[in-house]
Amino acid sequence: MKAAATPLKKKKKQSGVWLTLLPLYLFTLVFVAGPLVYMFVLSFQTRAEVWGVVNQFTLDNYKNIFQPVYLNTFVESFKLALTSTLLICAIGYPFGYFMAKLPAQWKKRVMLLLMIPFWTSSLIRLYGWIIIFRANGTLDKLLMGLGLTDGPLKLLYTYPAVVVGMVYALLQFMILAVYSSAEKMDWSLVEAARDLGATPLKAFLTVTLKLTLPGLLSGVILTFIPSMGLFFIADILGGNKVVLVGSLIQDQLMKAHNWPFAAALSVVLMILTSLMISLYKRVTHTTELEGIL
Amino acid sequence: MKNRTKLPNIYIGVVTAVLYLPIVLVIIYSFNESKISSVWGGFSLKWYETLFRDAAMFEALGNSIVLALCASLGAAVIGTLGAYGFTKVQLRTKSAVEYVSMLPIMIPEIILGMVFMTFFALVGLPFGMTTLILAHTAFCVPYVYMLVKARLVGMDKSLAEAARDLGAGEVRVFFDITLPLLVPAILSGMLLSFAMSLDDVIISIFVTGVNVNTLPIKVYTQIKTGVTPEINALCTLMLGATIILVVLSNVLGKVGKPRTGKQHKETAERSAAPVPAQPQ
Repeated sequence: MKAAATPLKKKKKQSGVWLTLLPLYLFTLVFVAGPLVYMFVLSFQTRAEVWGVVNQFTLDNYKNIFQPVYLNTFVESFKLALTSTLLICAIGYPFGYFMAKLPAQWKKRVMLLLMIPFWTSSLIRLYGWIIIFRANGTLDKLLMGLGLTDGPLKLLYTYPAVVVGMVYALLQFMILAVYSSAEKMDWSLVEAARDLGATPLKAFLTVTLKLTLPGLLSGVILTFIPSMGLFFIADILGGNKVVLVGSLIQDQLMKAHNWPFAAALSVVLMILTSLMISLYKRVTHTTELEGIL
Repeated sequence: MKNRTKLPNIYIGVVTAVLYLPIVLVIIYSFNESKISSVWGGFSLKWYETLFRDAAMFEALGNSIVLALCASLGAAVIGTLGAYGFTKVQLRTKSAVEYVSMLPIMIPEIILGMVFMTFFALVGLPFGMTTLILAHTAFCVPYVYMLVKARLVGMDKSLAEAARDLGAGEVRVFFDITLPLLVPAILSGMLLSFAMSLDDVIISIFVTGVNVNTLPIKVYTQIKTGVTPEINALCTLMLGATIILVVLSNVLGKVGKPRTGKQHKETAERSAAPVPAQPQ
């Protein structure tokens, strides 16, 4: 605003400030926008006979997705993401909610405890699950020791193992999102609801849940989207039995060398992603977000 | 509000314990004499010895550190200058550029990897350290940018104004006043970038060259092809480094802020905003 008052003087000074934006503009244009645009272009191009891409417009790559094999991968991957996300909600929401109610001292401690695995390489943490799930591994030993099972369960390289891996790798995103929402919540509103005669359940559903919904939803986005793409989890814990959209893209790129098809798959995944984010924005905007800023 | 039961605390305790279970197991088995990890053959440091004699592993570690350093430095320059510039200049393209530059942490990593791989092939950049650094910088810029931007918003403008009134030029004001105030935010952005770069598997797999291994890629291929307890030893050491980093970041002054995520942090931040709404 002040700049408008003395335009001449400021403008001269600003000319240098322009330079500070140059790296961001150049980098974003060349190394973010450029590659993304190329993905769209590539998805309409034709695969060359042996290697590479021919510049010939086609919609075949998108049609290909509807082949039963690939469509099935999408559906299965979606189901896995849904299962993982629901489990993450079920485990992470109460955690974030309870954590927000802890005394300040304990909040800090729990946060630190959460941060260490969070900063730890995801590969290390997955590797630990191999030790647990492997035939005659920790879990088998435990269950057989308790007399619950007779022989090894052979859980490694199964669907449940992949789900556990996903939940484990992404749980913290949910916890932190819910926590940040619940932490800023005005708890007196819940008390008010209780004073006005609402049962604890009703107070939770009408007040707490509603106010922590943005956290919950952003947690859903933060976990659902990656769980369609984290192919190395499916790879390590699922063997080759569980194929994600991410695994499919990787295979098309590295093994089948069908880049246009990989691009088309990525475009679809990208559209799904942005749909979810814009849906989130709409939902949270419509819930009394207007009056705040 | 009073906690009538201990149930919530028990719940938090149990979930946290499960979070740590795989990590603890990795550590325990790194000291296992036996090669088969389901059998305990007594305490031994031999896997650490094996690890320290593994030249390829050290080369990968070196690559990873160089990569993480370059990417976080690059991101620090681009992100800091960009965030600073946007507070000074009102451009019509601002929101568009801001949006696009944040995309690398919003879209799934698999897409990012795919996109970089095909693009680098298109422009004929040879795959290797250069492509790795470029790709990693792209997903590190958002972290620095967002943290610096948040710091700039909350910054006391009167200091810079005072300096200007006393005759300092824009450049001098930036280096003498603004930049020192931004240092904690830049450092935490770099630390986060460093950790993210060091942990990245997916994007690296796509943009690395045949002869360049990063540590996560090496670990990944080892885990896939067959398990050796050497990996346990490596994981334990990396864990130690992580803990030092986390403690260091806390010492640096609330650097390791709670809401730091690989993915879309803005959503998480946004989510916090609407909550203290009007009571109605």
